[in-house]
Amino acid sequence: MTTRNPARRALRDVVFVEGVRTPFGKARPDGLYAETRADDLVVKAVRELLRRHPELPGERVDEVAIAATTQQGDQGLTLGRTVGMLAGLPQTVPGFAIDRMCAGAMTAVTTTAAGIATGSADVVIAGGVEHMGRHPMGFDADPNPRFLSEKLVDPESLNMGVTAENLHDKFPHLTKERADAYAVNSQAKYAKALANGDVGPELVPVAVRSAEQGWGLATADELPRPGTTVEGIANLKTPFRPGGRVTAGNASPLTDGATAALLASGDTAAELGLPVAMRLVSSAFAGVDPSIMGYGPVPATDRALAQAGLTIDDIGLFEINEAFAVQVLSFLDHYGIADDDERVNPYGGAIAMGHPLASSGVRLMTQLAHQFAQHPEVRYGITTMCVGLGQGGTVIWENPHHADYSGHTTATTATDEEN
Amino acid sequence: MPSNTTENTSGVRAERVTHSLVRDVELPGGAGTLALVTLDNGLDHTKPNTLGPEGMAELTAALTALQERAGRGEIAAVAVTGKPYFLAAGADLLQVSTVTSHEQALELGRSGHAAYELLHTMGVPTFAFVNGLALGGGLEVALNCDYRTVSADAPALGLPETGLGLIPGWGGAYLVPRLVGIEKAVDVILTRPATQKPFKAAEAAQIGLVDQLLEPADFLEQSILWASRVLRGDFEVPRRELDPQPVWDAVVAATRQRLDAVVAGSRPAPYRALDLLAAARTATRAEAFAAEDRALADLIMSDEMRASVYAFQLVSGGKKPVGAPDKSLARPVTRVGIVGAGLMAAQIALLVAQRLGVPVVMRDLDQERVDKGLGFVRSTVEKLVGRGRMAPDAAARIVASVHGTTDIDEFATCDVVVEAVTEVMGLKKKVFAELEGIVREDTILATNTSALSVTEMAADLQHPERVVGIHFFNPVAQMPLVEVVKAERTSDEALATAFAITKKLRKTAVLVADRPGFVVNRLLVLVMGKVVEAIENGTSVEVADTALAPLGFPMPTFELFDLVGPAVGLHVLTSLREDLGDRFPTSPGLEKLVADGTRVVLDRPAPGLPKPVDPAIQAVFGEVLPAGEQGRHGTPVLDAAGVLDSVLTALTVEIGHMLDEGVAAGPQQIDLCMILGAGWGFHTGGITPYLDRAGYSVKVLGRRILPDGVANVPEAVA
Repeated sequence: MTTRNPARRALRDVVFVEGVRTPFGKARPDGLYAETRADDLVVKAVRELLRRHPELPGERVDEVAIAATTQQGDQGLTLGRTVGMLAGLPQTVPGFAIDRMCAGAMTAVTTTAAGIATGSADVVIAGGVEHMGRHPMGFDADPNPRFLSEKLVDPESLNMGVTAENLHDKFPHLTKERADAYAVNSQAKYAKALANGDVGPELVPVAVRSAEQGWGLATADELPRPGTTVEGIANLKTPFRPGGRVTAGNASPLTDGATAALLASGDTAAELGLPVAMRLVSSAFAGVDPSIMGYGPVPATDRALAQAGLTIDDIGLFEINEAFAVQVLSFLDHYGIADDDERVNPYGGAIAMGHPLASSGVRLMTQLAHQFAQHPEVRYGITTMCVGLGQGGTVIWENPHHADYSGHTTATTATDEEN
Repeated sequence: MPSNTTENTSGVRAERVTHSLVRDVELPGGAGTLALVTLDNGLDHTKPNTLGPEGMAELTAALTALQERAGRGEIAAVAVTGKPYFLAAGADLLQVSTVTSHEQALELGRSGHAAYELLHTMGVPTFAFVNGLALGGGLEVALNCDYRTVSADAPALGLPETGLGLIPGWGGAYLVPRLVGIEKAVDVILTRPATQKPFKAAEAAQIGLVDQLLEPADFLEQSILWASRVLRGDFEVPRRELDPQPVWDAVVAATRQRLDAVVAGSRPAPYRALDLLAAARTATRAEAFAAEDRALADLIMSDEMRASVYAFQLVSGGKKPVGAPDKSLARPVTRVGIVGAGLMAAQIALLVAQRLGVPVVMRDLDQERVDKGLGFVRSTVEKLVGRGRMAPDAAARIVASVHGTTDIDEFATCDVVVEAVTEVMGLKKKVFAELEGIVREDTILATNTSALSVTEMAADLQHPERVVGIHFFNPVAQMPLVEVVKAERTSDEALATAFAITKKLRKTAVLVADRPGFVVNRLLVLVMGKVVEAIENGTSVEVADTALAPLGFPMPTFELFDLVGPAVGLHVLTSLREDLGDRFPTSPGLEKLVADGTRVVLDRPAPGLPKPVDPAIQAVFGEVLPAGEQGRHGTPVLDAAGVLDSVLTALTVEIGHMLDEGVAAGPQQIDLCMILGAGWGFHTGGITPYLDRAGYSVKVLGRRILPDGVANVPEAVA
């Protein structure tokens, strides 16, 4: 005998409508955004997102979740709330700031998605920003001395480059040569995607001011190095360890940039006529030894696959954040995927375009969404990334363009059940 | 441009050069390359971009280079925008007022035209992205472009030149009427400057001064997108046809009539601007720009323009009062008492509650008066809410924070008590004596007296040093001036507190000595007294009423009487005569008008025109006598010129006395008082520049009041 409350809400499908991002800039005093505020970057992304969806009335947005790793200065003051106001959303729209280091935007998506699934929200904006030029990683952090005194973490675990060197140590067959080759391929794939117009539609032009040059307009990523060759990066310095393997050539550069995505319940998307680019299947975060933080995507992906009842063989497209080439290789190696598998980062990755920490998660999703449209034969794809201090995060998505798409509205689900 | 810059170094700061920074922008949708010019003086937001000779030369060079690039097909468009918050605030006025020759003045106009002409002949479309404040020559940059966007938060767009003795001489006078029509052009070029009300961005877009209003959050990005759509031909930007010649002529004629009634030849700039507007319909751009150059040069070399710049500087500098004690001496003010609940008291209570945001206690003798005062506060804020000028919550807070009482003991915890009771010395002394038994030892006592001696008011108190004068003008909400009166024993703490309060009330405070009538009333009532004196002697009320028209005062004398209230005017006149002697005339006719409560003016013949004196009041003064013959006082009856001369002579004499008495720190403070407290025009520089240039200072006092060249074209040059 069960007594059920007839008003109890069932879980709802969550769909990814669209994602956008600013062009990514070099986090240096001569970079694209040196004189541009971090919050302005994400505000422009949010405004473009709203502009692209006139079918969505502003007051229907139920939450604005914006991530940043360093939440102070122009990345402080509860970004989600300030960004909503600065972007011109009605005052009734709430917002909050979120932080899971590099997986900030990914967590903004999964957290608000959980809210959509349980009926707390119908439509959300999730995104992230990191102006690493203004907010260097770990700046002003005050780690608890117990981390050291109790040897909770290797003292060097807070240096991401060192954790990448550790991965090379752990997996000696993942050589510097493989890492460099992977990095060169990333640059090449990016250049091709740019030429094909696969990178570009998601970019939001940003007016940039320079006291010396006047106003300009950022329309393209600043960091990619087209024409990079294995020879060209073979002898770069190894800043994290003498005789090491991690170089500026096979790691993502310090980056300024912002992303924003629109998510909705499947029913709300249908009601408002919002286009559906992806359906969220499952998501998971998992912790690993901080000294090999780059390995985080492996346990996270295992958990997400298990939740979804899928195996790695069901996944047709991979968007994995390239914090370091070796970290991507460790993931591919684990699952037996070739270094140059075409399903992996088809548009290139963070090694080419940059990794503005808390924004990158939504960039991965935005690109996967584009690839889904190009590959109706692929049913499932994943977005995954490693996170500082030993974490990984993975989100599995279903392609609505696939013939066997399971649908995302209550009505569809009911029909399925009847079948 | 200025060949002999050494002449310009006499204490005037160097030009703050506004640079023209050029950067290429790739237009979306493959529309080509946009060359984006940013005007930026490299200074922070407290120092707007202004346009001086060096900056103009830089702009010319930048635009010339772009014209060459356009010719080579390298760029598809040129756009001009500004540093954050500003396009440009116009020509650098300080620089303009150092021009020493007509030729140099002519060159100033020509150099601007030469730069802006490039925007017409660029060879590719030109855009202005008006990102912020755009005034005068700053707005004209935009007007000379083919297309304009404006950010919705741009606080002010306008052509204030005619209010400063100039004309919009870098294309404005020609382009505006063609763009927005002759009627709106009159508003832009003549009406708005006279009332000092520039356009908000949305208004400017509505009348067509700019083409597209865009939200501030991504103004530049969307402006660039808009420009690319215009270039691609996605839509046409509408342009109105020229108004038909008869309409054009009719508007110009009507405007000329209005100028004659209101400006009455007191200053040349509005007339020169109207002449340019009249010709703009048929003139070619080259002809019109040449005419602008001539008008601009003539006006730059006019005393009216120099006095206007002097006045503008005074008003701008007025935020830092001369002679105010160290700010740190001011006492904290957390509760304010107002003695009296009459009209003046209630207005002060409202302003204090609104701007100081502290509880206000308003006390009068009986509940009926108290209720009337509170009723004024309530009805005023309700009106503001009704017009959308105040939020309902703010109104509720103000109403709740003004407390009315008949119990004087309620002043006990006030930090400042302002008395605004009837102007009777005995009464005011009684109020202060009573207050002293109630308030703390360090409570500041302020009086809003307009003519009584503050020193005498404080004389019998245990702590006379706590008494200070804070003289507001009616209507309190609108009048920007407060005279802060230092009595003989006023402490620096009391004085500093008075300045701190007036600053928070957003008034300009001028420090004045405790002399009868202080500055504004002493001179204003003197003028009224001299006009009435002439009438008593035999001049007709109509002739006397408009005799001061050549000064361009804001209204004729009897309209002023009507505004201040003839009873108040008479009261102050009488009081000043008692204190200062018979330089302040008696007038039995005026006394009778006050006693009978006769209205002295007729209604306005049309909106915007002055109220004429009611000819019927002639009767109380006696019959009109022919000018030049012996009048009732035994002196010749004055015609209009005679009345004007008598007023100017009296003003000169009085200002001589005031400077000797040290009523204000100097002539500049007297001028500032008259500009803000009496609305005397910038072209008179307040009053002393006019007395200097009209020769009265030398004739009456044997010396200039201001040094030569401070507020006039230096004699060596003129």
